[in-house]
Parts: sequence; structure tokens; C-alpha cells
Amino acid sequence: MMQINCPWCGLRNATEFKQHGEKPPRPDVANATREQWADYLYFRNNTWGVVKEQWFHSSGCRQFFMLHRDTFANKAIRSEGDVR
Amino acid sequence: MTPSEHNQPLRLVTQPNEEIDRSQRVTFTWNGKTYTGYQGDTIVSALYAAGERVFSRSMKYHSPRGVLTGTLHDPGTILQVDDEPNVRGAHRLIEEGMNVTSQNTWPSLKYDVRAVNQLGARFLGPGFYYKTFMKPDFLRPAYQRVLRGFVHGGKVSKNRPEETYEKRYAHTDVLVAGGGPAGMEAALAAAASGASVMLVEEDHQLGGHLRWADGQLARELRAQVTANPNITVYTNTTVAARYDDNWLAVVQRSPEPGMGERLIKTRARSLVVAAGLLERPYVFEGNDLPGVLLSTAARRLINLYSVRPGGRAVVVTANPEGDAAVEDLRRAGVEVVAVVDARQGDTVVRATGRGRVQSVELSTGQKIAADLLVTAVGWTAPTSLLNMSGDKPYYEPQAARFLPGGTEEGVYAAGGISGDGTVAQLRDHGAAVGARAAAHALAQRSLKIASAPTVSGQTEAPTTENLPEVQPLPVPQHPELFRSSTHGFVDYSEDITSSDLQAAVAEGYDSAELVKRFTTVTMGPLQGKIELVNFIAVVAEATGKTIAETGTTTWRPMYAPVTLGALAGQKYDPIRYSSIQTWHEAHGAKPMIAGQWIRPEHYGDPQAEVRRVRDGVGIIDVSPLGKIDLRGPDVPKLLNLLYTNKWSKLGIGKVRYGVMVSEDGVVMDDGVTARLDEDHYLMTTTTGGAGRVWDWIEEWLQTFHPEWQVNATPVSTAYTSINIAGPHARTLLSRLTDVDVSAEAFKYMEVRTGTVAGVENSILWRIGFTGELSYEIHVPAAYGLHVWETLLEVGQDLGVGPFGIEAQRILRLETGHLIVGQDTDGLTQGYSAGLEWAIKLDKDDFVGKPELAWQQQNQTGMRLVAVQPVDTHVVPDEASQILFGNGTIAGRITSARLSPTLGRSICLAQVEQSLAEPGTMVTIRQIDGTMIQGKVMEGLTAVDKEGTRLDNDSQPEARVEVGEPIGRSPVRVGDAKTLLAGWEVSAQPAAGPLTIQDQSVMTKLEVRSSFTGSTAEKLHASFGRTHRSQDGTLVIGSGPGQWYILGEPGSQQTMLNALQHMADSANELTTVVDLTHGRALFRITGDEAAALLNKLCSLELSDDIVPDGSALRSSVAGVVTDIIRDDVDGALSYLVHCERSSGQYLWDTLLDAGAEYRLAEVGYTMAYAN
Ligand SMILES: [Zn+2]
Repeated sequence: MMQINCPWCGLRNATEFKQHGEKPPRPDVANATREQWADYLYFRNNTWGVVKEQWFHSSGCRQFFMLHRDTFANKAIRSEGDVR
Repeated sequence: MTPSEHNQPLRLVTQPNEEIDRSQRVTFTWNGKTYTGYQGDTIVSALYAAGERVFSRSMKYHSPRGVLTGTLHDPGTILQVDDEPNVRGAHRLIEEGMNVTSQNTWPSLKYDVRAVNQLGARFLGPGFYYKTFMKPDFLRPAYQRVLRGFVHGGKVSKNRPEETYEKRYAHTDVLVAGGGPAGMEAALAAAASGASVMLVEEDHQLGGHLRWADGQLARELRAQVTANPNITVYTNTTVAARYDDNWLAVVQRSPEPGMGERLIKTRARSLVVAAGLLERPYVFEGNDLPGVLLSTAARRLINLYSVRPGGRAVVVTANPEGDAAVEDLRRAGVEVVAVVDARQGDTVVRATGRGRVQSVELSTGQKIAADLLVTAVGWTAPTSLLNMSGDKPYYEPQAARFLPGGTEEGVYAAGGISGDGTVAQLRDHGAAVGARAAAHALAQRSLKIASAPTVSGQTEAPTTENLPEVQPLPVPQHPELFRSSTHGFVDYSEDITSSDLQAAVAEGYDSAELVKRFTTVTMGPLQGKIELVNFIAVVAEATGKTIAETGTTTWRPMYAPVTLGALAGQKYDPIRYSSIQTWHEAHGAKPMIAGQWIRPEHYGDPQAEVRRVRDGVGIIDVSPLGKIDLRGPDVPKLLNLLYTNKWSKLGIGKVRYGVMVSEDGVVMDDGVTARLDEDHYLMTTTTGGAGRVWDWIEEWLQTFHPEWQVNATPVSTAYTSINIAGPHARTLLSRLTDVDVSAEAFKYMEVRTGTVAGVENSILWRIGFTGELSYEIHVPAAYGLHVWETLLEVGQDLGVGPFGIEAQRILRLETGHLIVGQDTDGLTQGYSAGLEWAIKLDKDDFVGKPELAWQQQNQTGMRLVAVQPVDTHVVPDEASQILFGNGTIAGRITSARLSPTLGRSICLAQVEQSLAEPGTMVTIRQIDGTMIQGKVMEGLTAVDKEGTRLDNDSQPEARVEVGEPIGRSPVRVGDAKTLLAGWEVSAQPAAGPLTIQDQSVMTKLEVRSSFTGSTAEKLHASFGRTHRSQDGTLVIGSGPGQWYILGEPGSQQTMLNALQHMADSANELTTVVDLTHGRALFRITGDEAAALLNKLCSLELSDDIVPDGSALRSSVAGVVTDIIRDDVDGALSYLVHCERSSGQYLWDTLLDAGAEYRLAEVGYTMAYAN
């Protein structure tokens, strides 16, 4: 099982986290077209290599953070926000 | 007494390195006959000493099989022990009274009827089962019956006495897999660097091949290893799998009496694979006859068990180990009639005999009478763990074996698996690799400490200077010997010969992976461990490729067989209980599982419970309802964003219903939210949605509007929630509360705070899920049972009684209220749920707004309607289909019940819009296929369409005197109890070295503020650390910007006032929530406290990572739990706390897991035992 470096708690088992995947920016609600909204909801780059994903330390500090993960090696590379 | 007197004719006199204890005789039976062996004997060594040779029949041909490898991986010695099937007989030690039987033999091992398969061998070619038993389909059941009778397995007894299996977690700097000379030296070197080491050996003893080659040295190394405090040795244990980041499945066999296996989920910073070598069989005609032994098997029998393997032996040797076997055989009194030196080009062609070796034919043409044929023709490197780590071993022709290709830092190969050498060279290699593995591990450890919020200050990174280079071992030199000029077995488990493999290649299966799947080679119990290289070599020969070109198949976990019991282990399924659960159980509630909650479905007659609510008054325990405390000036902004309706103008004292949709417009949750004060709201969610909504709030606050000033705290179980419903609800409630509940003073959709049944700080709101006058009261949870019982007591004259979930579901269906997840599904957008009245598209923004705007514009999706079956007695099953005239599906029934109020069936349904008009007749196809007709009704409400029942204007009554409330912990208190601060607490005296104490009675406050700021400074506890104030309260930095503050029982008002004062004067939003009733809190004290927690929790709890004063949060037995190290007078002690409703489960689970450490309860007021 992969370990993830929570920027708050340090290295923890991946099962303590929820993976939210890539997070495209939320389109402007007033002017979004259906295509833009569908892109936001459903379409992801799904890169074979390093992706930037949102993770949530749900069984720990309950903080959201961005993690760079290599989908080829299935390795957590680094998390953003060195907070302490 | 001489050996023969125990009927052990082949037992030798005491051998210098034997591992049997001749003073301990063990008697057991084999196929009904009694045998005697010695303590330390395996089943096979004891039987062999008695002259037995045949231990099983082969899978396909049912030919007799004997010892081949003499190890855990011996294909022909898989046996049944009592009612345990598939026991590895050459590995399992004998125990007194064991009943051992052979498997896959009928009617007996000697006369196996199915041995006729041997005669028909040509019909049992490769892919035989695969091809023969496929067609015709109608015969497949018959085939299955036939095949099942041939299955190569033992019998599983349904009456097997219960055996426990266990899981736990472990952390180590270095794990060494393999306890031979290299593995032991690696462990010693790593331990000398200060690393913690787990040394795991598959066999019963450390030593590897030294056990028979140099027993003196084996004992010396073993003594050093066992004396080293940094090394923990696990024998009879396999590292069965390696996963990402060195997450290892370590499986201990028979770790304790009555325990089958134990799975130790281990995180190792470095993994050293020192698995040694497995001896490879040779392929020739007759290579499966009993009497054909690998040289290591012969040497094990002679040296470890003092058993003479036979009378006349032919030895084929291609290496020094084979030569040494000749010496051992001679010393054991075996007549070695021929030594065939394969290095000189000589070899064996075939072995013949009836059921055992009688004659051996050599390449010279010579035929020799012998009962033993010992082969030493090469080695296989068991690289499995390396392969699982990303290593791609390569074939080295000079070595006649695969060698590791290399892995990332953190995984290392040591000793014979990676090359050849003298014992001294192997030891040096192991030591160098061990030191390197330790250096990596210690560097990783210091990184972990540096990243841990539990450790303040900087730690010094270890220096890795003077680390000796690892000198690679010499490349082995060994002749390539796989198959003689004849054909023989490649896979003994699956009965696959080299000619079968050639035939498969001839049929066009020309790659190793294809041949494997077609023939099932390497797919038997040994999973390729001894047969893989021969298989590759035969395929290479048949395809005209080299072995390197042919490649290998993939090594997957598990390396060795693991019982399902170990993998399943103890199952930790959290169970949540309301504070009223004991009452429900005592009053005949039918339990219903709702998520993790156990809830009362009904108390005998749900229809009567409905009538009680419609005609009188009933009360229901709705504690599992999600409740989230929201504080801060920007709460209305948050509510406006997450709910589809408007919240800016909700007055203090008002309650409003709201619906949440996701960004795709699909209904996600609903509930009512109350404004309790200027900046203070209480949100409710569905029971199942409580966790999801809390996450949802945090996500939007943290990632989208971090500037909003809102603190959200889940308080679901801080309150016991009771709904009082029925025409007499006001009468009943008025007798117990100081709140003016008159119709004029307390209107529909309003909220009040006050006292209920003597319980202060209760929250009351007037809502109407059931369609009756009803009040939902939320009382501090420790008093929940008191309030419930008081309601029943003072409402006797009103006919009050409890009602369960089923009655509530009927009542809400009569009233036409939907249940999210029941009447909606994962595709139901807001307008499809009949919620147009709660969707305000004129708001600037809310989650899912664009989708709902498009849905409204395009009128897409289904519609929720009420459907009335024409035959009003018929209650269609939920999920019955609604059909168009042409028979295609137009919807489904989502809820259906018989209404006791109306005396007819009522339903809600999701239907296509063209059928949604009131008055439309629809066809309903029930689960059993029968069709009924139904009519779409106007609106969703069936009972009291005008809502007059909610307008009930009954008069309040005078308050009645009730007893003093008694507070109750989430954990049931035993008979020894006392009262403390109004709570019942345990007075159990301490006993034993490890204690658990229920401290739930303590005052527990939560402070939320920013991570840094004036509040953080005043509280003196950074995230991950604790601070003991002068007044004795414990401040816990439990989250970033979150603190738990623990104080003496009964002190909440004082503490609240002080903290509120601090909050009011803070520069940043600081909020204080009383969670005394919302959390279970235990203290575990004693030396084994960390060991106990590591049975249930994966955190690494060593002193350097979690020193005294640490605060962490993780999962304990599946429950999110705060763990605080707070030593007591120098004794190791942890506080653990979780939300209240999981408290009993966590308590029970801890006590159960702690039994091996003699964990015992100690009362809150009692002193600890020492
Ligand atoms: Zn965290």
C-alpha cells in the first residue's frame, strides 16, 4: 500500500485518505456553456505519468491538499503546501 | 532404548546437527496406523524413519508420490491433518495425537482406483480437462461432479472447531526475508547500525543451508541473532507478498496454540531479500518415482532428522553440494553404488520401478539396482519478492539460473540469491547489504520524524559516511541441466511432463504465458517455485529460442499459500449505538442495520405504531440523524452555496428545509437547518449522508472559499435526538420543558433552546416529517436515556409509546415526503425529485445551479409522482417497473406501503415525464412478472393534503416534577459503579499490568481557530502536541486550527466561560463547542499499550516518532480515533477518543484485542494497579 506524505501529518497509509482526482477550475457559473461544464465535471487528462490530484486526509487531519503522483510507478511524489 | 524399538528402523544414531529432541516422543497416526517420532520431527521425517515412502497420489494420473524436496515446497507430501486439509507434510511438525491421512486417494493410498488414468495417459494430454470437459454444455453438471471427485485437495470439515486468525500491524527499519548465513549477517549488521530488524525465516530454525552444512556456525550465528535486542526473529513465517512502499504481508504459521495463522501487515523502510536458493529437480523418465530425492532433501533427512534415506543410492551431481550429499549418504550408512558426475557429461536417463525406484539407467547405458536416486543438478533463485518490487531478473547461462536485475533503493538482494561464493563471502555480502539497508532505513526514519508534527524541533539526519561498498558476489558457474534425453515431469503438482509442454508448443502455444494457461503448468500448489525454470527451458528448447528470449511468467503474491482465515483475519466492522440502545434491546425492538447503526425497525407491530402517532403520541429515537454545528459570520454564504434555496434571511429561532445537489444537479442530501443565534446554526443531514456532508462542507470551505469565516463541527452523536409526534405531542412535551410550546409562541419551523426533563442545553424544533404535530428534541447525549424514559413515564395517560423506523417510513410516505436515496437515485436531478419549490435559480450561485437551470429549461429527466394501484389491496414491491404501453420501461416504484390510516396501498414512483400528469393510468410490472394498473395522483401527499394536522392548537400543560437526570457514558457500566458529576461511572478496581479506563465523563471542549494566531498562542499546544495547563486541563493540538481541551468532570461551565472569553477577545474567528457528550474517551496504561494499539491501528508508535505529549488521529479498528500519548507517572499511557456512538464498539474491540496482554478495566475513580 502506497504511503502519502500529508503536508500536515507526515507519512501515512493511503487508506487514511480519499482521492478526489484532478481538479479542473470551476467555470464561471453565470456564463458557463454546457461543454465547459461537462469538461469540468467529467473530463480529466488521465496522464500516464505525473498527475496533480486533490487528496483529502479524511481519517487524519481532515485537510485537503494537492498531491503529485506518478500513475506509472504508482508513487506519491510530493504534496503541495509545506505548512509547518 | 534402540530406535527400532519405536518402530523407526531408518532412524540413525544421534547426528551432530540433528533438530529432534529424542527425550520427547510423539505418537500420531497415519492413515489409521499409529507411529512414533520425536519432538522436532516433521510428519514426513517421522514416517520416513518408520519406512514409509509414499505420501500421496498425483493429481491427474494418481501415481504414487514421495519426498522430493523435503521442505514446505514439497509437491508430493501434501496431507490432511485431522480436519485440516492441504498441510505441507514435510514442513509441519508432528504433535501428540495428530491424525494424519493422505489426500486424493480412493479407496486407499495403496490401491488407488483412479490410477487407471495412468493407463490412459495418452488421453490426458495437455489441455485435457480444458478440451474434454467443455462441450456439450448439458453435460457440464456431470463433468463437474466427476472432476470434483478428482480434485487434488483434502476435505474441509463443516464442523471444524473454531480457530482464531489474527491481524496486526508492525513497523521496522529493516525486514530481512530469509534466515540463512547472509540473512543473519544482514540482520546483525543492520542491528549494529541501530536499526530495528525483523528477521523472517520460512523454516522452523534459522540457519539456512548451514543447518546441514555447518551446524556449528549455524548455532553461533543463531545465538548472536537471538541475543540481539534490535532483532525480532520470526520462524515458521513467510513474507508472502510485497506491495507499494515495502508494505509486506508477513504470515506467521501457528503462532500460538489455537491460532491458525497471523497476518502481520508490516511497513519496512528497507527490505532485504536473502531467500537463498531452491534446489531444482531434473527432468527424466521416472523422475517422480518415490525414491528420487533432491540432494538437499537427502541431507535434511540425514542431518536434521537423523533418518537414513535408503539402502542403495545413485547420486547425480553437478555441484559441490551434490558432492557433499555423497559424503552425507555414506556417513549415514547408505551404499552409494554410483556417483554420476554431470560436470563430466554423464547423466541419468531414466528411473524405473513399481511404485518406487528399483533401477536407474545412466547415459552410459549402465543399469543399476538402487532404491534411491539423488540429484543435484542446479538451483533456482526464489526472486518472487524482488519481482514484486519491480526487479526484472535476467537469465545467466553461465550460472544456469536467473539473477536479480536490481531494484530501487529500499529493496536489496543478499547472499546466494544474487550470486555464488564461499560461506565467508555470503556472510560478508549479507553484512554489507544489511549495513546499506540500515543506512537507507535510518535516513528514511529521520525524514519521517522530521515530517511528524508530534516531534518538535529538528532531528539530526544520520550520517552515512564510511558505508562500505557492497562487493557483488561472483557470478555462479554451473552447467545447464534441465532435461535428460528422456521426458519426465516438469510440474509435479499439476502432473505436466516435458512432452506435454512440447505438445502444447506444437499446437501453437508458442510463448511461456500461453503454454502456462493452456497446460496449467506452474499453476498448482507450488506456483512455479521449483518447476518454473525447467518449464521455461523445455519451452525454449521446443521453440528453438534461448531461455533469455523465452522469458518468465509473472510472479504474483502470495509467495507461499496463505489461509483465507489469515487474510480475512479478525474483521473490524464498526457498530454505532444510540444512547437509548439498551432500552430498545430490553423492549423487544427488532434490530435493523442502517449503515453502521443498529436501529429499532419496530417494537412488534409497525401498523399499530403508525396509528399511535396519528391518534395519540409516539416517540422515535432519531439520534443517527446527521448534525453539524456551524459557527461564524459567513454561515449564510455557505448555506446559500450548498443548498438550492435561500438562507440569507433566516431569522434567529427559525428552521428551514434545504436540499443539496452535487455539481451535476443530482440530489445529494436534504435536511433542516436551524439558526440558533446570530452566528450559530445547527444543520441536520440524512443519517447516511452525515459524513459525506461534513466532507462536502470542508471541501468547499477549504478549496473554494478559504476566506469565509465558518467553523463546522460534527455533533451528530453529541445529542440524543427524539422526535415526539402526534396530536398529543405538545401536551407531552409541555409537561417536561421550560420552553413555551404553545401554538402561538412556538410555531411550525421554529427552534428553541431550553431544558427538557431537567436536562439543560437541549434544542427543540417543531417540524413535520410525519405530517403530525411534532417536536424534535436534541438533548446532550449522556442524558438521552433519562429523557426517553421520562417521556414514556409522564406520557402514560396519553398512551405514549415508541415507534420504529418502519412506522416512520409509513408516516412520511402517507405525508408525501421523499427519502433521498430511496425515492431518488444517482441520476435524479433536483426537478426529478419534485423539489422545484426548494430550488431558487434566481440566486447568483449555488452548487449544481447550471445543471438545474438546464434541466428546468429542457424539461429533462424523470418525475417523482404518487401512484395509486387500482386494486388498493395490492402493495407492489419496491423497484417494480412501470411500463409504457409498448412494454418498455418508463419508471419504477420507489416506495410502497399499506397505509394504516387510509386502509389502502400508497406508492411513490419515478416515471417518465409523459406519464407524470395526474390521472394518467400506468402499468406496473411486479417482481414476479404480474401486471397491475395504477393511477398517477395529484401531488405526493396521501394523508392530510391540507396540512391541518400540523395546525394543531392544543394547549400546553403545567410542568411535572421529574427526577434528577443521570448522565451515562457511551460504554455500559458494570455492577461496580458510583456517581460522579451526575454521571454513572465504573468503580471497578484495577487488576493486571495493562488497564483501560473509561474517561468519557470528563469535560471535553473543542476550540476551532486559525492554525496560527492569538488563540493558537494562548493555547500553547501546536498541532500534534499537547500542553498541560496549570489548572490541570489538557490542551490537545488535535488538528490544524483545532484543539480538544479535557478537564475535570462537571467543569464545563467554568471552562466554557473561560474559553469563550478567550474566543471573544481573539483577533481571528475562534469558536468553542462543548463535546463532553459527543465523544467517548478512554485511557490505556501499561507497557504493552502501544502493542495493543498496533493490533488495531497502523500508526508507528515508537518513542522517537510518538513521544510523550504527542497527538495523532488515525483509524483504530475502522473508527476515526484521536490517539494522545500522555504518560502517567512515567508509565506508558494513551488517551484514545472517538465520536460517542462508536464508543462501545471501540471499547469492546480494545478489550478483546488486549486479552493477550491481560488488559483489564479500571474504574474512573479507582487507582491504577502497579
Ligand atoms: Zn493529515
